[in-house]
Amino acid sequence: MEALKDILATCEEIAFDLNFTRAKEWKSQDDNRVIVGYMPIYFPREIIHAANGMTVGILGGGDRKMIIKGDAYYQSYICHIPRSIMELALDGHFDSFDGFIFPSICDVIRNLSGTFQILGKGKFVKYMDYPQNFVANIGGEFYENELQNVLDEVYKINHVKVTPEKLNHSIKLFNKNRELLRKIYDIRQEFPWRLTAADVYHIVRAGYMIPVEEHNQILEDVVYHISQDINEPLDNIRVVVMGAFCEQPPVGLIKTIELAGCYVVEDDFLLGARWIQKDIQEIKAGGTLLSSISYAFLNNSTYSSSLYDAEDPKERRLLELIKTRKVDGIIFAAPSFCDPALLDHPILQKACEVNNVRYISFLFSENTGQFKVIKEQIGTFSDSIKLWE
Amino acid sequence: MSKEVVSKEKSMIIQKEMIASLSKELSNVKKTGKKVVYTFVPGNISELIRAFDMLPVYPEINALQSGMRKKSEKFIRDAEKMGHSEDVCTYVKCDVGMMINGNVGSGGDVVPPPDLLLLSYTGCFTFMKWFETLKRLYPEVPVAMLHTPYQAGHKITPEMTDYMVKQLKTEVIPKMEKVSGNKYDENKLKEILRKTSITEDLIMKIFDTTKNIPSPIDAYFAGVYYIGPINNGFRGTQEAVDYYQMLYKEILERVEKGLGPITPEGVMEEEKFRLVIEGPPNWTHFREFWKLFYDLGAVIVASSYTKVGGVYDNGFRVDPEKPLESLANYCMNCYTNLNLEQRVELLSDCITKYHADGFMVNSIKSCNSFSAGQLMIMRQLEEKLEIPVGFIESDLVDPRYFSYSNIKNRLESFFQMLEQRKLYSDK
Amino acid sequence: MKKYYLGIDLGSTTSKAIIIDEEDKIIGRGITNTRANYMVATEIARFEAIYNARFSILKMKLENEIKSNPTYEKYISDVESAFQYLQFKHKLEKLRIKFMDTIATTFSDDKREVIKKIVEGIVNTIGPEIRDAYLFSNLGSKNQFFRDIVSERYNAEIKKSESDLFDPLMLVYDKSITSVENELTEFDFKELIFQSIELMNEKYAKLDEALAANDSSIKFDTEINLLQGNYKKIYNSLKDHLEFVANMDLHITNMVGTGYGRALLPFPEKSIKSEILCHAFGAHAIFPNTRTVLDIGGQDTKAIQVDSHGLVTSFHMNDRCAAGCGRYLGYIADEFSISLNELGPLAMEAKKEVNICSTCTVFAGAEIRELLNVGEKRSDILAGLHRSIVMRAMSLLARSGGVKNEFTFTGGVARNQAVLKYVSELVYKNYGNDITINIGTDSIFMGALGGAMFARRSMTN
Repeated sequence: MEALKDILATCEEIAFDLNFTRAKEWKSQDDNRVIVGYMPIYFPREIIHAANGMTVGILGGGDRKMIIKGDAYYQSYICHIPRSIMELALDGHFDSFDGFIFPSICDVIRNLSGTFQILGKGKFVKYMDYPQNFVANIGGEFYENELQNVLDEVYKINHVKVTPEKLNHSIKLFNKNRELLRKIYDIRQEFPWRLTAADVYHIVRAGYMIPVEEHNQILEDVVYHISQDINEPLDNIRVVVMGAFCEQPPVGLIKTIELAGCYVVEDDFLLGARWIQKDIQEIKAGGTLLSSISYAFLNNSTYSSSLYDAEDPKERRLLELIKTRKVDGIIFAAPSFCDPALLDHPILQKACEVNNVRYISFLFSENTGQFKVIKEQIGTFSDSIKLWE
Repeated sequence: MSKEVVSKEKSMIIQKEMIASLSKELSNVKKTGKKVVYTFVPGNISELIRAFDMLPVYPEINALQSGMRKKSEKFIRDAEKMGHSEDVCTYVKCDVGMMINGNVGSGGDVVPPPDLLLLSYTGCFTFMKWFETLKRLYPEVPVAMLHTPYQAGHKITPEMTDYMVKQLKTEVIPKMEKVSGNKYDENKLKEILRKTSITEDLIMKIFDTTKNIPSPIDAYFAGVYYIGPINNGFRGTQEAVDYYQMLYKEILERVEKGLGPITPEGVMEEEKFRLVIEGPPNWTHFREFWKLFYDLGAVIVASSYTKVGGVYDNGFRVDPEKPLESLANYCMNCYTNLNLEQRVELLSDCITKYHADGFMVNSIKSCNSFSAGQLMIMRQLEEKLEIPVGFIESDLVDPRYFSYSNIKNRLESFFQMLEQRKLYSDK
Repeated sequence: MKKYYLGIDLGSTTSKAIIIDEEDKIIGRGITNTRANYMVATEIARFEAIYNARFSILKMKLENEIKSNPTYEKYISDVESAFQYLQFKHKLEKLRIKFMDTIATTFSDDKREVIKKIVEGIVNTIGPEIRDAYLFSNLGSKNQFFRDIVSERYNAEIKKSESDLFDPLMLVYDKSITSVENELTEFDFKELIFQSIELMNEKYAKLDEALAANDSSIKFDTEINLLQGNYKKIYNSLKDHLEFVANMDLHITNMVGTGYGRALLPFPEKSIKSEILCHAFGAHAIFPNTRTVLDIGGQDTKAIQVDSHGLVTSFHMNDRCAAGCGRYLGYIADEFSISLNELGPLAMEAKKEVNICSTCTVFAGAEIRELLNVGEKRSDILAGLHRSIVMRAMSLLARSGGVKNEFTFTGGVARNQAVLKYVSELVYKNYGNDITINIGTDSIFMGALGGAMFARRSMTN
């Protein structure tokens, strides 16, 4: 087994490969393989996997891409991620992608899907309208239909028909993937010093760039390493970071949070990888092909700003998370101009105040480069909690 | 501009009476026991609300009226004090600010609190966040979610209609029955929709009169008044039918006389430029904004904003015999629920059909549903039609984002460019 | 009578005036810094353009003689330098009086005398310094404004004095400069030109002596011919011509105003034109193959596409955010406590470009301080800042449809070497190496030139 530090180095390299080298290599090994790019937050990658495809995360250019053409399409009051995605698209970074999926996060991303349609990117561009109705024969049926549309598009490209057996195999692999990710988060909850938050970020993000089989192997190895008693604990507080579910925080920001005295034990950076909170069931005899995928979405999703929270208010979910993760405070870190995250903040913050949960909030953008002010803020926050307790 | 005193058209008087009677009805709900439903302009299924004898309230319209009455800045600031970000939609903040300041509407009457929040989630993601926020202000009030699927694939599929009809049947109607205490009466809804269908025809005819040169109406600045009744809860009412018949008659008279549009300073005498505009107007400086156009002889012959409450250009009309399907398709067909390609096609048709000389975007800081992608739309139209395009920025109801000199500078440059091109092509 | 046309470009930082003849040829240029009193600024620019036009007419008139006798040209331009100096001297004299006035009303008795003495000393030192700069180093051609010329030297002088006097001395300057700057003096061209000639005679006489004494510390270059006892002869043969241009009625047939502040100009509506149209038209006149124009001004950045006739087909201006305009550079200069003119040269010394994230004026200050704190070099930070400004402009160009051959860069910021460097670099990188990039010495005057050209056309149409 590789040493942990080598695994981490590999993950970091893969995670930020804006040329998607690994995915391209994978595709080149078989004519029938397809690459489907998808934006945050969530997409059931199982179905593409079962269709001999690979889903690759489109997570923006971060601070690694110079933006010129992307800015030409967006006004100054719109968040940063569509700019860098446009820049990447116009510079040909996605040229080997067969299709693109834009989940319904917000109006900006919705309209970005239209821009991709106009530009004629890939062989299909799909805006995935996630149901905001969570009844099986209403929202569920609509959702299955949406997913079937995606499978039809992939079928047009490679003529691979998804069978229940293939899908069950894929479900198993992704269940394993989610289980291992849960394990890593659980171990870190007990022993946050065994792996830094930035390491965790790299590990999870690498999974957006390589086949799930390879990622599962990496995760197994990581779990093995961090099950050992490694590294020394620091006198840090434990925080959850919320709000960065779409436009990704620069890694510098994640590092800054930990350097300023906080263990990040829960976050929503790459929420899609952990979106489904229980194992997806195998397809039952007599059920439709996509019924268990749909069931999982309707019943076992995490909560998010992009999902209507009628029956189970988001503040309740957040407070529950604080308890299970034994968190000392919350950091609300939202991208500038992110309507879903920012419109949720007053609701969540009010719940924090009512329940005596300490929090701070600030804005970032994916290419923020200097963190001194943020570091001071977080440092004060963690110190005040330490003194208070 | 002609110097004659601006006389109020009959239709304007009718509209005023309609709005006044609705706000009177609203202020009397305690006595009458009528139930109040808050909902949105896009996907505005007021026919269904009326079928249950309930009254609609539109937080968006309250916000825009607060903007026109110069009250929005304080409301927005109050909401920001509560923790709302400077970056987000000002309609939401204005509405929240108005509610925490006693919920006093434009007529000076208190707007009654909702008995039902009808979350018609059509073409705007923020609508969902908006009513999640209101839900916290009115914890006892039920929310009926009606998810309108986006026309991402360029069309309305049977599955999409089916999804919506099921939501109407199992989510919206049962909640309305419960809140109103009335049973769903499909025949009553059909009767209402018959009137809607007449209204929809009239609206299309009215906005089609801009084919004339000079155009008898301004389809943006005056257009926002013309769509007032249908966007304000009068879809399917006899009052709306009467209003639009009167308005259409008045406009036809103008066409016969060869008159240009009416502005706040009288009839526009010389039509110099014909424009199509994309994006909502600014409300806090609405008059000044309009003046910048009519002073320079510019008339708007079509605008996307007047289509937010329904698009009728491509032949869509409600079918009273299929009431729920009609409501579903109506919602899905609202302007901001169209994909970018459809928006480009619609605008392109307007530019051609109404002989526009130029295309202009008013990019609204608050409204990502409109704004994100507008630069792409603009470039498409420029390339496709070789039409001069212009771009200005403002906000719906945040006066801090309205820079008069900035907009004036850009508009002047734009109109001078049009003039130069006209002069040159005449030579 | 010949007809001349005037274009005024009232910008947010500088006011420009251009005079053209009936063939669109530029014959007069005037520029000054825009100030609170915009009318004074435009008048100063206009006077300067008219004086300059008279010199141009003189040179045109003597075109054939100049060809056969190059010393004529040198002589005329020397006279023009002296002419500029005399105007400056007049202002400096006013400033000296204002200084004394300020000192008398601002300070208590004990301080007054000390400060008075120092200020007098400063004026007496910088006066001759500036005189030499005009007469020997052609300062007048550098488009520096009265305020900049004086403040640069005044600041250098007060740094030499005791530190506790620094603030009062700055106060004297700040309280005095604006009112002097806002005073408008119209000079009698004829009177001033003959005073200038006397000044020239003095200069040449001195040089003559130095030549005789074989003083090698003075460089003679082209002056050498003039000095061979020639200057009096040249004067005699030019005298009538000088008299002619001084007396001639320079008739401005029509004028057009443009620029950010154009609405403030007391011109009739039809004589006010958008700066978009003017910049494009001017740039196209100088470089007729221009298809894309980038203008970075004080308040606005504009990307303009023009057709083969110089008519605008589309344009884009920066959005609400002012990052990427000249104003941003001014803000950065303040942040570094250096003058605007020093920004570009310092950025050119950079070894690398520091990545700058906030192009927002409000946040840039904090970011700069943080970068300095972590030890980044000033020049490298400045290089990064310049590049980030240019990137904004590049986005605007992309928005307006990209760069088409030929590309012309105009506006005051085009004089900044570092901006130029990144514009060229990024234009070549994004649109190919075969794009022709034009930057003329008159880049800052393009708007005024376009205005003057519109003025001519609206008279001939």
